[in-house]
Amino acid sequence: MTVTLTAEERVIAAGDDGAGMAMRIVAEAARLMGAPGLIPIRSAHIDGALYHGDSGTLFAERLVQGGAKVAVRSTLNVGALDLTGCAQVRLAEPNRTMARRMMDAYRALGCETTWTCAPYQAGHRPEHGTDVAWGESNAVVFCNSVLGARTNRYGDFLDIACAIAGRAPDYGLHRAENRRATVLFDVSALPAAFMASEIAWPVLGSLYGRETGSAIGVVAGVSGHPGEDALKAFGAAAASSGAVGLFHVAGVTPEAPDLDTALGSLEPDHVIRVTEAMAADARARLSTAEKPDRIDAVAIGSPHLSADELARLEALLAGRRVTVPLYTCTGRHVLATLDDARRAGLEAAGVKLVADTCVVVTPILPDQAGGVLMTNSGKFAHYAPGNTGYAVLYGSLAECVESAVSGRPVAESLSSWT
Amino acid sequence: MDMRAEILVEGQAGEGEALVLTAPISFWGGVDPATGMITDVRHPQHGECVAGKVLFLPGTIGSSSASAVLLELVKAGLAPAALVLNEPDAILLLGLVVAKEMGWETPAAVKMERSSFAGFSGTQVSIAADGSVRATLHS
Repeated sequence: MTVTLTAEERVIAAGDDGAGMAMRIVAEAARLMGAPGLIPIRSAHIDGALYHGDSGTLFAERLVQGGAKVAVRSTLNVGALDLTGCAQVRLAEPNRTMARRMMDAYRALGCETTWTCAPYQAGHRPEHGTDVAWGESNAVVFCNSVLGARTNRYGDFLDIACAIAGRAPDYGLHRAENRRATVLFDVSALPAAFMASEIAWPVLGSLYGRETGSAIGVVAGVSGHPGEDALKAFGAAAASSGAVGLFHVAGVTPEAPDLDTALGSLEPDHVIRVTEAMAADARARLSTAEKPDRIDAVAIGSPHLSADELARLEALLAGRRVTVPLYTCTGRHVLATLDDARRAGLEAAGVKLVADTCVVVTPILPDQAGGVLMTNSGKFAHYAPGNTGYAVLYGSLAECVESAVSGRPVAESLSSWT
Repeated sequence: MDMRAEILVEGQAGEGEALVLTAPISFWGGVDPATGMITDVRHPQHGECVAGKVLFLPGTIGSSSASAVLLELVKAGLAPAALVLNEPDAILLLGLVVAKEMGWETPAAVKMERSSFAGFSGTQVSIAADGSVRATLHS
């Protein structure tokens, strides 16, 4: 398969500047994935500014030195540092300086300093049907599934290369014919009480990702819109356990006004009928700690908490103080909505606000062998053991708050369905 | 066993012990960029090291930062000697594409049928720049 570039694209790709490097990377990705050519994009969300080592910093600085600038609106995903000063990041030198240089380089390329994994709740909401190049697995899946804009799963480096080129490889989810669901994920047999609980969507997302992998599925049997934060939690969990880029929910998401439309009026290749036992197993698999008698920390906010979720945390705390740290990860777009009194209230309750980054991507949690971290996030549950060394205990937000107050795992009566 | 594999990303010829993963992996959160160790506690090959191995990947999942982890492994000299995938992956392999743009020595990635992966377990595998693959049993 060869990629056909336009005359203009060929001239840019031949350049020894940053724009040339970006265009060559986009063209090479197009070749790799069998795309016939490139298409224009309207925006980008850049996941490449998180420090994993010096290589990423050197790449970004090479683009800056080459005079590159983004050609479309480009928001930034989390970095490795909290530039708002909320959280203490235990990143030692020389890594700290390299992480800062990386964040500075992406700003110099013209990206917006949003520093959030929930850009879609920070004012970056591409229109239905438009082509964009988004990175960060949860943002990709939300953009495709909930907003109905079109993006592939852009990895680090390709996201910024597309933003600079203003173009993306023409393949995959940019094409309408590739957005049809081929897997039916039927949740109609699950009890209404479970479906109404907060943990339903992250737990089902985790199961969905494992069952569907990279196939596109449609969730059927849902009564009513579960709310944007529920879909956010589902997509984030699904994109952690599988290579999910797009899901549909019949009657809820924009490309699935009904089941038949989502399936393109064809029979599904595969049907998953979710049972109570499957949901209970999926929930159990989110925890790696075995019946812990204490917890050492609670972390919420993956993806970053919305303003609504933060208000729910405040309501659940109800003026009480936590006895183990409750790390609350959010974006500066939500911090900006907090007045001084609310912020002081959260801090007095022992809540540790974290902005611009989160506890699973950079060292914020105390280094503690055998530590137990409780979370209500399917994504944190998936990544925390590998990235932080903490064992994970999964629970609802209410369970997380009660456990943070008492310092011991507290289970709600609702959990009895397992 | 000799065969010719399709080249996904050109790179240096490489030789190493086969490391055949039996489940898909997310490089970000699954492989430590500072050591090359598989850190995902839920992965069947948890505790193995990818550095210097001919790495057979039955699929990649999860985070879109896989490319960043692979780029860092390349720069640190901890990359696999070669990567074998059953289909192209635009996230992971971008790490190799960018490493080449940066002028670093980069392993090749080739494509093989997933059903052939298991046969490479316990062998020493060499992959030439033209995609020729040779596997020999450990003596």
